[in-house]
Amino acid sequence: MTQFIARRLLLFLPVLFGITFVTFALARLLPGEPCFATLGEKATLAQCAAFNEREGLNDPIMVQFGRYLNDIAHGNFGTSLKDSRPVTEIILERLPMTLEVTLGAMLFSTIFGILLGILSATRRNSAVDVVTMMGANVGVSMPVFWLGLTLAYFFALTLKGTPFWIPPSGRLSSGMSLLSLNEFYQLSEMTGLRAAIVTFASNTVTFNALITGRWDVLRDALWHLILPCVAVGTIPLSIIARMTRSSLLEVLGLEYVRTARAKGLTGRQVIFKHAFRNAIIPIITVVGLSFGSLMSGAVLTETVFALPGVGTQLVGAILSRDYAVVQAFTVIIAFIFVFANLLVDLSYAFLDPRIRLQ
Amino acid sequence: MTIITPADSLKQTAPRTPFQDALRRLRRHRSAQVGFVILGFLVFVAIFAPVLAPYDPIKVLTDVTVRSKPCIHFFGCPADQPQHYFGIDGNKRDLLSRIIYGSRLSLQIGVATVTFAILLGTILGATAGFLGGWLDNIIMRIMDVLLAFPSLILSIAIVAVLGSGLINALLAIAFVAIPVYARIVRASVLQVKEQDFVTAARALGSSQLGILMTHVMPNALTPLIVQATLGIASAILDAAALSFLGLGAPPPTPEWGLMLGAERNSLFNAPHLVFLPGLAIILTVLSFNLIGDGLRDALDPRLSNVQK
Repeated sequence: MTQFIARRLLLFLPVLFGITFVTFALARLLPGEPCFATLGEKATLAQCAAFNEREGLNDPIMVQFGRYLNDIAHGNFGTSLKDSRPVTEIILERLPMTLEVTLGAMLFSTIFGILLGILSATRRNSAVDVVTMMGANVGVSMPVFWLGLTLAYFFALTLKGTPFWIPPSGRLSSGMSLLSLNEFYQLSEMTGLRAAIVTFASNTVTFNALITGRWDVLRDALWHLILPCVAVGTIPLSIIARMTRSSLLEVLGLEYVRTARAKGLTGRQVIFKHAFRNAIIPIITVVGLSFGSLMSGAVLTETVFALPGVGTQLVGAILSRDYAVVQAFTVIIAFIFVFANLLVDLSYAFLDPRIRLQ
Repeated sequence: MTIITPADSLKQTAPRTPFQDALRRLRRHRSAQVGFVILGFLVFVAIFAPVLAPYDPIKVLTDVTVRSKPCIHFFGCPADQPQHYFGIDGNKRDLLSRIIYGSRLSLQIGVATVTFAILLGTILGATAGFLGGWLDNIIMRIMDVLLAFPSLILSIAIVAVLGSGLINALLAIAFVAIPVYARIVRASVLQVKEQDFVTAARALGSSQLGILMTHVMPNALTPLIVQATLGIASAILDAAALSFLGLGAPPPTPEWGLMLGAERNSLFNAPHLVFLPGLAIILTVLSFNLIGDGLRDALDPRLSNVQK
């Protein structure tokens, strides 16, 4: 087991290295001199030379890459040109929102995807099955942002005045606010990683509200998360439902399932205790792979629901050519995606002893 | 009266070729049928857009109100007003005409990006598979790294470098799709490379390129076709997403994602401007997804036994 984990972790490192290399290389491909982008078009050649020397842009490319890796390892993602403050600060402010949407959507899509998949596999060719599979086809063909807008229209306008009204935008209702964890627990000044973790946790509104016991804020935050999560989760839900169905159907045809039935087990016991455990590996794989589309979806949907996450910042950064921010968000999102897939890989070993021994 | 000899009857019931078999399965596949009907309709609309569209998609109309609701005489719109089946957009343009012209762009986007990705992916995959060794390692590790990014995020980062615009967005989407095709072609090369008939072809003096074209590509064709069809669907979705964010086609291009993005703030007072372009996207993407599913089942019966 340890050996399995160690091997997976070793495979993980080159990918992280590759990701940083790609984003670094992309930054080098940017048209124009970095010095003009930073100092403005009117910078003199002498100023430029001084800037290049100061920023180490005259060093060999490999040295620059090494420095970039070192910076990332220390949590330093450079300075945003537009906001002139450290990118790390922006990440700690923005990433929690995106992760809340991503994880919420993942929960939604996994739970309902598996349920629908099981339902359509066990009632094959029934109305439930046909509708689910048709819905899944349409679900994978929908643009996330369109679904978001449609949901916002339906729940915020059509259902206005009913108890089912859901706010179409924002993270919290106006008037709602939370203390940062620093203030709440009156923590002393911190630096480095600890400060970053505390800031990140403070900015994760649901988490913050949960541990500081602000139930009203928690309720409000979750309420605002419903629509984005449903919008983002629908495509993965369709994929997970399909995969659950076909994976389960494959297993249900096997002889040991027939044996289980012959032993007189109830349908539910056969499905959950016998069939589902063997069908789960492909399902977990799909959940892991969906994580990428969930994060992309969260980035896209934030602009629809006016959520202060990575997406809104990213688009602004691209339009104002603030590449440090784009680069940092790309690296971080890719890291999280790779990490999610690492977790999926490791979960195989827990779920299926055969994989552990390979 | 003609006499049917045994030889004739043999000729008449000549076994179907695998291709005919696949075609038969495809024609009988329910979702592929639906997909082909939708796609046929879209292609028709795209080809005859100038005839079908009642107005110029870019021209600003003078006698209309901004964002007015659809006006159809049959449904009680006053007869003295000009008909606008899908209403008017935020720049006083006829939405129906814009959606009709948008079908051209979307189909082109899908086909162009996937063609580009297949070409480069095939070159890279074939090089890696045939030559092997360190070159194989380098190419495929780069492909692995590209696959480690969520695809839309990588496209966004590439657009950030290239600058926004339709062509750049398409390049980004195509680039991100390359690894999938490279993997497919490389796998087919490796599968075929060591087999006797390839050795025989080599002994007969076939060049590497000749072997690639006559022996490897036909084997890679099935997965490539299936992947390409599904790839077109996701390329159209991604292009729409980039345009929605304002990173793709610039206004006033009649691009569905852009149309949706431009009007998203008037969702509550003019919902038709958001719904209708979105429905057009769904229809297009759905048709390719359905055909892709059908092709997979038809071309590779091994995969489809469970999915029926």
